[in-house]
Formats: sequence, structure tokens, C-alpha cells
Amino acid sequence: MPERLRIYIIGVGGQGTLTVARLLGETALRRGLEAVVSEVHGMAQRGGIVETAVLLGGYKGPVLGRGGAEVILAFEPLEALRAVLAFGKASPRSWVLTNTHPIRPITVSLKLGEYPDLERALAELEGRVARLIKLDATALAEEAGSPLSLNMVMLGALAATELLPFPAEALEEGIRAFAPGWAAVNLRAFQLGREAVARALAETRTTAG
Amino acid sequence: MPELLAKKQLLLGNEALVRGALEAGLGFATTYPGTPASEIGDTLARLAKECGLYFEYSVNEKVALELAAAAAISGVRALVAMKHVGLNVAADAFISTLYTGTRAGLLVVTADDPSMHSSQNEQDNRYYAYLAGAPLLEPSDPKEAYAMAKAAFPLSEELELPVLLRLTTRVAHTRAGVEVGKLPQARERRVKGHFEKDPFRFVIVPSVARRAHKLLLERLARAEALSEGSPFNFLLGEGEELGIATSGVSYTYVYDAIEELGAWDRVRLLKLGMSYPLPRELIARFLESVERVLVVEELEPLLEAALRARAQELGLKVKILGKGTGGLSRLYEYDPDRVRSALAQALGLKEEEATTPPPEAEPEWRLPDRPPVLCPGCPHRATYYALKLALGKEAENTIFTTDIGCYTLGLLPPLSMADHLLCMGSSVGTAGGFARATDQRVIAFIGDSTLFHAGIPAIVNAVHNGHKFLVVVLDNQTTAMTGHQPHPGLASSALGPAEPVPLERLLSGCGVRKIHVIDPQDLQGAVAAFQEALKESEAELTVVISRHPCVLLGQEG
Repeated sequence: MPERLRIYIIGVGGQGTLTVARLLGETALRRGLEAVVSEVHGMAQRGGIVETAVLLGGYKGPVLGRGGAEVILAFEPLEALRAVLAFGKASPRSWVLTNTHPIRPITVSLKLGEYPDLERALAELEGRVARLIKLDATALAEEAGSPLSLNMVMLGALAATELLPFPAEALEEGIRAFAPGWAAVNLRAFQLGREAVARALAETRTTAG
Repeated sequence: MPELLAKKQLLLGNEALVRGALEAGLGFATTYPGTPASEIGDTLARLAKECGLYFEYSVNEKVALELAAAAAISGVRALVAMKHVGLNVAADAFISTLYTGTRAGLLVVTADDPSMHSSQNEQDNRYYAYLAGAPLLEPSDPKEAYAMAKAAFPLSEELELPVLLRLTTRVAHTRAGVEVGKLPQARERRVKGHFEKDPFRFVIVPSVARRAHKLLLERLARAEALSEGSPFNFLLGEGEELGIATSGVSYTYVYDAIEELGAWDRVRLLKLGMSYPLPRELIARFLESVERVLVVEELEPLLEAALRARAQELGLKVKILGKGTGGLSRLYEYDPDRVRSALAQALGLKEEEATTPPPEAEPEWRLPDRPPVLCPGCPHRATYYALKLALGKEAENTIFTTDIGCYTLGLLPPLSMADHLLCMGSSVGTAGGFARATDQRVIAFIGDSTLFHAGIPAIVNAVHNGHKFLVVVLDNQTTAMTGHQPHPGLASSALGPAEPVPLERLLSGCGVRKIHVIDPQDLQGAVAAFQEALKESEAELTVVISRHPCVLLGQEG
């Protein structure tokens, strides 16, 4: 397991990215690791873009520079593209995990912009990073019992990569403590995200082998 | 709360600051909410009862500061928090508090917003320390926010001066593990003092002020001595080639960049956490010990100017680099890339060694923007829509002044009903100016909390001077933008039930004769009321209070 990891989380206001960042930070702290989590509040919460950086294992600065994310966790596919193609957060060594379910921004409904052709765009993105993992996290959240558990699906997906400096079980502890009333749904969502990515990784291993 | 007991907690900079102040025996706290300072008030609101201190959301930053200053000279340790532009509102009172001085510790917190994540400017409030003569603390991360807030109270008492603590967005809104100490029991907390009269100190007439200014300079001389020995000002590293002077969050980027470049043997770092008054002797030792100097500070070149002046006094020829080196400019917040490129340049390293290559330019991948929008079901949408219907084609020749709050988003299409904004309350004041200086129709939009904060004097002014325009009060019964804090129009405050100040009566008391109250969800009624109000506003100041609770109220867990 690596000692240090720089994670960039991006999504749309209301998707629960900040909770995931906080759970990662608190889990790291409980395991005796240093954690720095940066958030941007304010206007972002009105359906705008929400970006968070989680730096584990002893970084001081709270934000990521260009190419600074080892893992990008995108709760919405346009935002995955934005993180890589516009914000330049990925390097050729980065992993990108993205939800494939789009949320169309108002600029698209107003015809001020066009939602990209996802298949083509994600193929472009795939060529620029070490690994792209796609999952319909929105559908998995509904399967788990609540669309609000989308963030737990994404957290599970991240845990399955085994890039984190702690095991998935350490996160489950935090999920239980975070919202005890929602623990069952959240843990189910976490598990579904984890399994989906574990399957995807196993398949690529088989293909490669 | 269990989180109050754990020793190491993942705290937001704003929460860490509150924790430090509470451990120091804070007894009295006030604020007006504003990003990135809002969680200071919200954390205090959550903990005030349990910890046994007084806390309020005041009507604006000036009043908040006045209350805190009064508490502190009565012997109760006090804190007042605001966003950077809030200190402009409070500046008149703030500057006088340096003349009167304080008795118990008084901590004034300003949260600056480099890059303007949610503000109208990126003014550097370190200037206020220079302007007012206020000792200044600048934490670089949540750990320091905690430690500095705790240390600020004894420092303030030793100097008998209020202390200014400056956060920036990246400190206020970063979470990190903070080792916290023991909280005093609620009964140990001093929440009531006794005001000892001393009118020739506290009534700041010219004869008193002349003596007070002299005393302030003497106190600042003592502050400088404390700055020399402050644990927040220190040297790091043994290198002699490059000295790096830094403060605030820039320190963290500098530190990471030195690690990444493997340059510790070549550099010496001067970290300034108490950055006004500056430690002149420490700076002299630093300047004399290195061949070149790089100053890394966000926004204005204050340290840079001070170091250049100090080198001149000492007759040193040391080369000082600052703004203009690598990515360092007076614009926007710094980030690891800007700081690393400056360091690489100052160390004579090739840029390629220091930075990851950026992706190629992406004209093909122009992605659609995702601007924040008013929430689905937001009553402001309904108000804008009804007024649009009432105005019809006339909307094109109407000047819409707007104000600070969620409804500032009325700027964006398809609403497009915002033409001018300066600051809190400016919608009403500028509407008077537009109404007098043009023949165009003028409509001012202002929220309920913002009207209380800074709109009322402009209403009085418009009534008295006969300015003719329409004011639309977007009354959603809360301060929505910053996280639903209460305001004086409501029957509750942070601590419990409170006396509401009804807007209708307030406006009527200000002399407004034409006041309509509508529910924007009743579209027909709203359009009819707007049509009538538009006519009336051609003859006199007219107000429509569009009242419907924020759609998010009651939905938060």
C-alpha cells in the first residue's frame, strides 16, 4: 500500500463530494496518517462545479497543481473531462474513475454550449491517463436504495482500486459512524461501487493476461 | 459532543480557529456571515449554549465589531469574524478600537478571498493591519489557525490592543488533523465582566485621540519586540544560496516545492506568522545570511516592500526577488505550480525539471460551462418571472440594480435582470443615483438579510430626497447564500427565540408609503401587484416585498 496519495474529487453541487473527501480525511487520521482536505464553498453549492483535493500522507499545501492528481474521482462524466482536458489535473500516470451518468448544465439547455459526445470524449481521455474506469454510479446508487448514496458508490469504487493507503474496511467504519440512520443504504452503495470496479479490474487483467 | 473530546480532529480552518478561541476562554462572539468566514459563526452557533458563551449573528459587521469591542473592554474575551469586505463595513469602528485599546483580549478575524471564489474583490486585508496599527497573525493552515487563535487573547491583553487574524479561503476551507487541548468547563468561562469607567480613554474626542495615537505607537513598539520572539516567526533550513520569505498559505506551497525539488540544502526559509509589526532583527539576520532572497506572498507585495526597505537600512546589496518571478503576481491565489516555477527560477533550475508538462491546448474540447444557478423551486425565480411579465417590453429600458445574495444569479440568462452591483446594500443607493441621473426606469433587487445589513440608510435617503424607483425585497426568510443564518426579521436567533423586526413596519417607519407584500408563488397576484407598483414608483419610492421561504429551508440534515 502506498504511504502518500493525492486525490482530486470533482462533481456537481449537491452530489456529496465534500462528504467523501471528509470521510477519506477522517479515515486517514484514525489510521495515524496526515490528511489535508481542501474545499471550495459558496457559489459552488448552487448546482455549480465542486472541486475537492484530498492529500494523504504528509503534504502541506491544500491544492493540486497541473498533473498533480494521482487519482481523479469524477461524480459526473463532463466533470471528468473538465478535470483532465480543461483543468489539467491528470498526468499520464493518473487513474480516473468516473460516473457515466450525465447531468446537463443549464448552458446546454440554453444552447450556449453543447454536451460532448461522451463515448468519443471518454475515449480521448482514456488515451491521456494510465487508467480510466467507468461505472454508472447513479444506477448503482438507486439499486442500493437511494440516489443520494451516489457518493458512497464512488467511494466504494475508489476503495476497490487499492490505491488508498488503508483498506476498504477502514472506510466502512467511517461510513457507519457518519450517518448511522443511513448506514445500511450507504454500506450497500459502497459495496456495489466496490464490486463494480473490482469486476472491471479483474476483466482487464484477464484480457491483458 | 464527542468531537469536543477527541484529541486529534480533522478540522476545517474555521472550526480550528473557533476551537482555539474556546480553549482560550472566549466569552463573547459576534459575526455577520460571509464566505469564506461563515463556518466560524456557524460553529459558534452550534457550540455557544454548551460552552456557555454569548454569540450572535449581528445585523452587519460594524455592529458586530462594536459589540465585541464593548465586551472586551468590560473584561470579557471577545471575537468578531467577517469576510474581508466585511472589514470595510466595520473599518470605522475597527480603526478607533486601536486608539482606545482593549482590556480583555479582542480578536478580529478577517477571511480574505484571493481568486474571488465568492467575492466582489480580492483586497489584501493585511493592509488593514498597517492602516489601523493592529498586530497581525496569518495562519498558513488549520493547525496554525487553532494555535494562533488561542495565542491571540493573551497577546491582545499584553499589548492592550485588538489583534487582527487574517485567514484566506485556502486556510479557512481546508481540513487537516489538529491536535486540540482541553476546553474549559462552561462555568469557568468568563462571560460577564464589569465596565470600569475611563472616559478620557474611551471617548475618542480629538484631545483624547492625540494621546491615544502616541500610546498606540508605543504599544506597537512593544508588539515588535514580541514579534521578534514569537514562535510564529521562525527560520527553517541551513542553506545560504536562496532565502525564501513567506507567509500564509504560500508557506505550504513553498515547503512542498522545496521537498519536491530536493532543495533544502540550498535554501533558508523565513516564515512570518506574526507579520505586523514585522520582527526587524530576525529579518536582518535572515537578509545577512543568504545570497539572494525570494519573497512568496499572495496578492500585495507587503513583505517584499518591507524586506527591500530593511535591506536598504542595513546597506545590504542582497538581491530580492518577488512579484514577477516565475508565476508570482499580484493577481489571484497562488498554487503549487506558480510557487514551484518561481522557486525553480530563483534556484536557476530548468522549468521542465520542476513542472509536469501541461496537456496540449484543447480547442476541440471546449466543454460547456456549469455556472451555479438558482435552485429548482427557488422563490426568487418566481419573483423574477412575475416582474418580467409585468414589465413586458419595458424591461429593455429598465436599469436593474442588484445586491449580494443568491439572487445575484439573476445576472445569468435566461433571467438577465442585473445591470449593476457594488457591494452589500448598493442596490438601493445606486438606484437613487440612476433614477436622478437618467430618465430610465430603475428597479432595485435586495434580499431580506442584505436590506437589514446595509439597505436601510439608502431607503431613508431615497424617501427624504424624493428618489423615485421600485425596490423589490426578495424576502426568503433567511440568509440563504451563506448557509441559512438567521437575521433580524425572524423570530429566532442563534441562541433561541428573538424579537422579529417586521420589514413592513420598518419600511413604513422609514417613510415609505407604497408597500406591497406578495407571495411570488401566486403568479397572477404577483403580476398584478407589480403592475400597480411599477405605476406608483413613477411618482414615489415604492417597495414590493416578495415573501416566500427559501426552498432549501428545512431540507438540511
